[in-house]
Amino acid sequence: MTITLRMAWRNLWRHKRRTWLTVGAMVFSNLILVFSISLQLGSYRMMIDNTLKSYTGHMQIQREGYNDEPKMRSSIDAIIPLADKVRKQLGSDTVAARGVAFAMTSSEERSYGLQIVGVEPEFEPNVSTLPGLITKGSYFEHSNAEEIIIGSVLARNLRVGIGDELTLLGSGHDGSFAAGIAIVGGIFESGIAEIDRSMAQLPIGYFQNLFGMDGRGHNIVINAPELSQLSSVQHAVNNILTANDRLVVLDWEQLQPGLKQAIQADFTSAWFMYGVLIVLVAFSVLNTQLMSVLERTREFGVMMALGVKPARLGSLVITETFVMSGLGLAIGAVLGIAMTYYLSIVGFSYPGMDQMAERFNLPDRMYPSLSLLSIMLGPSIVFLFSLLASIYPAIRLFFLQPVAAMRAV
Amino acid sequence: MSSIVCKDLCKTFQQGEEIITGLDHVSIEIDAGDFVCLSGPSGSGKTTLLNAMGGLDTPDSGRIRVGNTQVDELGKGPLADMRLHKIGFVFQAYNLIPVLTARENVEFVMQVRGEPAQERSQRSHQILKEVGLEGMEDRRPAQLSGGQQQRVAVARAIVSKPTLVLADEPTANLDSVTAGQLMDLFVELNQNHNITFVIATHDTRVMAYARRLIKMRDGKIISDEKQQQPQIED
Repeated sequence: MTITLRMAWRNLWRHKRRTWLTVGAMVFSNLILVFSISLQLGSYRMMIDNTLKSYTGHMQIQREGYNDEPKMRSSIDAIIPLADKVRKQLGSDTVAARGVAFAMTSSEERSYGLQIVGVEPEFEPNVSTLPGLITKGSYFEHSNAEEIIIGSVLARNLRVGIGDELTLLGSGHDGSFAAGIAIVGGIFESGIAEIDRSMAQLPIGYFQNLFGMDGRGHNIVINAPELSQLSSVQHAVNNILTANDRLVVLDWEQLQPGLKQAIQADFTSAWFMYGVLIVLVAFSVLNTQLMSVLERTREFGVMMALGVKPARLGSLVITETFVMSGLGLAIGAVLGIAMTYYLSIVGFSYPGMDQMAERFNLPDRMYPSLSLLSIMLGPSIVFLFSLLASIYPAIRLFFLQPVAAMRAV
Repeated sequence: MSSIVCKDLCKTFQQGEEIITGLDHVSIEIDAGDFVCLSGPSGSGKTTLLNAMGGLDTPDSGRIRVGNTQVDELGKGPLADMRLHKIGFVFQAYNLIPVLTARENVEFVMQVRGEPAQERSQRSHQILKEVGLEGMEDRRPAQLSGGQQQRVAVARAIVSKPTLVLADEPTANLDSVTAGQLMDLFVELNQNHNITFVIATHDTRVMAYARRLIKMRDGKIISDEKQQQPQIED
């Protein structure tokens, strides 16, 4: 160990209580940051997963331009064989074809405009949580059933129940008149009023017949096993589509830009709070190191008289801060990891969370997600700001005059 | 050859509204290997002169040469280099670094000079033995008596083989026996290593060791006498 490092270490313990208080502030902030960032990243992961799994999926194959301007005619030919091919190539069942149309839906008493989604009954539950939210009746049994699944708000508005008949009137793929009848087979309650009010599902076979799709559909929804595998899955799907340059694979950020913006907004506001915490710790370090430099003015004067240059003295002060911050980082990160790891296994909830989660088909506990990023990001920034805070006390040494400094009490 | 040449040094200090004269046109030449005492009452200018010689303080006017170096022309960095490589300092209050042991205090200056670890270790051991602190190398200043601390300070001052040692009231905090031992050590180092010593003091016992005694008052040299130095037996 060099004399500078030895001096730095011993100088820290000249005022044990003061050093421990500063290290304690760092430990506390590092612990909070490791836990909060892990929780934040974990909740974003959960938020993305749950939002996307409810309907949108991690990615979709669409006709080029469909996402910006969804037109009935911007369709994918032979969508079921293509979905089968994607399932086979990926070796995954979390792939489902859909068709989307709009129709006026009438009961005996009332009529409402709806978005009608044609789904593959055997695969739709693998890409969407909506089939699991059926509160009355059941989901489709086969793809040609002349059944319709509607939301609870719509059922109330139309004054219909299971087994009632609905008339659908809309435009077919070729612009012709599309009309049909479907029996209400199930009623779902997503908890999102907009979905419960204005969306209904038909089996894709019946949907294609009704709207003259001739085997076409509008998108193929794909869920990756993990969010972290999105890019590799997207790459694999792109390879499958090389033969058809009019189809594109859009990821969730393109499909749901609002979700990404919401996450970014939350991230920014959280970092504002973290910033306040980090600045407070930095000021604590500044105070400690400034005090330390001021009370050692005479000592620094002596060292300057012996021929030590201010830069070397400054490096001593920064080394002291480095050691102190390193201690705060190590202890804080270890405690933060231990606490976060424990909660990432057992999870935690707050009063009322379980009822809300059940209603929205979400997990009833929150699980922070530990990663190298969530462990190191906060403590590294605290470490960096602590070092920055020691620059001012170090710079003061450049203005010391040996004789005046040695006269200091 | 002269070790130090000071020409027409002037220095004033502002204390409140009062201007105090530290040095008033002081000119002096000190030969290499000499053993000089600057004496005089408090405020006579001896510490100011010592500080100016050591490049710790800058005179308002006049010129100072130490060896071949024109001190008054140097900037902060070169001045620090000169102090590090050519001058050893011994202060009244010992001024050891409290968190370092006796050995580390001595080695510190050598490390700043960039000397290799092995040489630092050997030389600090040898110097501490020379100043009579063998076996106390690993004690911190707080575990040493005043005399022992001053010996460490002397060891630190001479470890880098300076040509000049400037000592400011080195015996002020020591009892007479310890002060005598310290002065014997100074004379021994002066005689054996040909180091020039300039000691600021108002202790008459210290003055008795000097080969040259310069008396100051009100920032001026009022007398400059050569005298017989007691011989120290090896």
